[in-house]
Amino acid sequence: MGSEGMTQLAAKWARRGPVRAPALAVLQYHLVGYRRTWRGGVFSSFLLPTLTVLGFGVGVGAFIDQGVDGVSYLEWIVGGLLASTALQVAIAESTWPVYSSLQWTKIYFAQYAAPLRVADIMAGQLAFVLFRVLASAAAFLLVTGVLGALRSPWAVLALPVAVLLGLAVAAPTYAYAATASSDSWLALLFRFAVIPMTLFAGVFFPVESLPVGLRWLAYATPLWHAVDLSRAATLGTAPVWSVTGHLLYLAAWAVGGWLLAHRALRRKLVV
Amino acid sequence: MTTAQPLIQARGLVKRFGSFTAVDAIDVAVRAGEAFGFLGPNGAGKSSTMRMIGCVSPPSGGELRILGMDPVRDGPAIRARLGVCPQLDTLDPELTVRENLVTYARYFGIPRRVARLRAAELLDFVQLSERADSKVEPLSGGMKRRLTIARALVNEPEIVLLDEPTTGLDPQARHLVWERLFQLKQQGVTLVLTTHYMDEAEQLCDRLVVMDGGRIVAEGSPRVLIEQHSTREVVELRFAGESQEPFASKLDQLGERVEVLPDRILLYVPDGDAAVAQVTALGLHPINVLVRRSGLEDVFLHLTGRTLID
Amino acid sequence: MVALVLPRLMDVSAASRRSAAVAERNVSALKSIYWLLLVSGFIEPLLYLFSIGVGVGALVGDLTLSNGAVVSYAAFVAPAMLASSAMTGAFAETTFNFFGKMKYMKLYDGVIATPVQPFEIALGELAWAMLRGSAYSGAFLVVMVVMDLTTAARAAVAFPAAVLVGFTFGAIGMTIATFMRSWQDFDVLASAQFVLFLFSGTFVPAQAYPTLLRWLVEVTPLYRAVHLVRGITVGGGGWTWLLDLGYLLLVLAIGLFIASRRMSRLLYR
Repeated sequence: MGSEGMTQLAAKWARRGPVRAPALAVLQYHLVGYRRTWRGGVFSSFLLPTLTVLGFGVGVGAFIDQGVDGVSYLEWIVGGLLASTALQVAIAESTWPVYSSLQWTKIYFAQYAAPLRVADIMAGQLAFVLFRVLASAAAFLLVTGVLGALRSPWAVLALPVAVLLGLAVAAPTYAYAATASSDSWLALLFRFAVIPMTLFAGVFFPVESLPVGLRWLAYATPLWHAVDLSRAATLGTAPVWSVTGHLLYLAAWAVGGWLLAHRALRRKLVV
Repeated sequence: MTTAQPLIQARGLVKRFGSFTAVDAIDVAVRAGEAFGFLGPNGAGKSSTMRMIGCVSPPSGGELRILGMDPVRDGPAIRARLGVCPQLDTLDPELTVRENLVTYARYFGIPRRVARLRAAELLDFVQLSERADSKVEPLSGGMKRRLTIARALVNEPEIVLLDEPTTGLDPQARHLVWERLFQLKQQGVTLVLTTHYMDEAEQLCDRLVVMDGGRIVAEGSPRVLIEQHSTREVVELRFAGESQEPFASKLDQLGERVEVLPDRILLYVPDGDAAVAQVTALGLHPINVLVRRSGLEDVFLHLTGRTLID
Repeated sequence: MVALVLPRLMDVSAASRRSAAVAERNVSALKSIYWLLLVSGFIEPLLYLFSIGVGVGALVGDLTLSNGAVVSYAAFVAPAMLASSAMTGAFAETTFNFFGKMKYMKLYDGVIATPVQPFEIALGELAWAMLRGSAYSGAFLVVMVVMDLTTAARAAVAFPAAVLVGFTFGAIGMTIATFMRSWQDFDVLASAQFVLFLFSGTFVPAQAYPTLLRWLVEVTPLYRAVHLVRGITVGGGGWTWLLDLGYLLLVLAIGLFIASRRMSRLLYR
């Protein structure tokens, strides 16, 4: 399985000696922890998306005779599910782990006591988030490929899209989690941002069927841009919007998020 | 119930966890109004005994009566009249200081209005009124301990069980706790406490049992125990060098008893100053000399051959 | 059932008063942002209803049920969302929060030193979870009536059914929580919950599944719960609702029995 390779990679990284780039040392720290806990994660980040493909793509798809945009519902939905998997993993990995490192285990304070800059601590953590996003997306792509749900070899390009989306949502989430005063705020983020985004940003049905106001709200989410790109890749068609436009929009979220996160973490650590 | 009958009566009380025997057939009788102590090192079986008395741990054998009732059958009725201060504070981190007390009072069926009044009185008693609306987490260890003690008093209990009430507190915080416990004793509340601090046992207990390895090895008032098992004074000597042993053999004749610890030698003598003079007369020059009164620490050392706090 | 669950119950009123005190503690703990989190809980099933029921429903069109009735996809999915949100709500309170209070905050170690007994703690926590869950179910049913997905009369009957579903899953959740060892076990639980959510006749009729899967699905508590609630809000299904009812009551009784025994074992060590 893909997950097997994942741990080997993690182990290899973890066994390496001291690294020059401080951010890599932080990444290494997270990978060491991951060696102990990856099993539970495989279940949620790999098996569940696969079951969603089966339950929705195959199950509900059987009742959608005409398909969507000329392809079967299963083929139509995989691209979106891939992006939403990336979103889930990216946000899950940048909420509780960040909050806990500041409030409960206080790991960040220990790291900051070592010769690391705020940016190193963040970069290390975000690199780990992206590693998790990439691994989950790759496993998902593998399974959907085996199920015959991918229509084009361009599907491989969905991987960098997933990573870009991961950074676009993980960076601002990092800022949010670093500022949160109670873990209830994290649960609220899921309720008011992650779940609505997942349900209405074109993953399960085309955003075009939303009323105009809601449609523009969906366009504003980073998820929709990744869904459109990712779906275009798995179907081998051109996306609804321009590729450059999508990429720039996601990059803007990533850069803006990074700046906010850096400021938030600075305020916590440098007092 | 007649006053002659003990409030707590244990005969051959046993607690086993699997094959491990934590409490090994102990006999205890606690009378109304006294302060009774269980003294012993960690793992002696004190906490297990306390949990059985608190009716939250069924005995594995023997007989136990509390307030004349059976702890297994009458648990709720007995607990309604007990106050418990467990070894680790089990305060509610999601509630404020005051809410902790009010909520706890509700578990005893105390009406909310009464509970509020009671909480205010108790906060005053443990000097936490100013922190009434603070959360529990930012409180210091001593404050948390006092809050736990206040919580144990919310139902105006007849017996208060205190498991290591001052462990981990700084000296100032300990004295404040002792002072409050002494006040309770004056009010006629029966106190049962465990401790591995000698000074605490000496300060608070009318009577105590020394426990070791699940058994009771001695029983009596602190004064009687010291008289029976130790001398009036103790001289503590520390010599320079890798080991204290070579010096100990030279001191054999000086005291009634000589104990050699890794870092010092204890001489048990009726007159400490006289003994120090004799040590110097022998041509020995310890780097450190301390003359003090015998305490329960010495009783324990004598009874078990070990110190209380490793 | 009472005699089975509460073997040594002498005084019912004292026991219920003590259970109420346990529930009351949760009201005291409701503060600032946690309050918002709690109140907003009802929107999740609604989001699913609008996305899957209405959004995907536009692609699916109408469904023909096994009894020949034709219903809109939203009307088909809505009762399933109601039942599964009753499950999710009950689990949130009885597994995650309950475990936290028992193992992490050691709250119950303090409570058992009072006259409150373990089964009273279990009942109190369950009552609290149900109070919360019932409010969500009520709100959801109102939306269903407004959207014309069921009638007011049917909704009135569906409400107690949804409360029972919550109770049953609350009892299951509490039993599970007493077997949990660490927070990592909750990942597995969340995944299991999601699998139930996907495959309990929630999004497609169970008849669409392969035979073996269908049999497997039909014995799960969530399927029975969906079946019961759907039978009420959509109609049809004859007397099979009695089977669902009996099943859920039985699971509730067994769950409560095991949970209170396990709690006694864990707390009265």
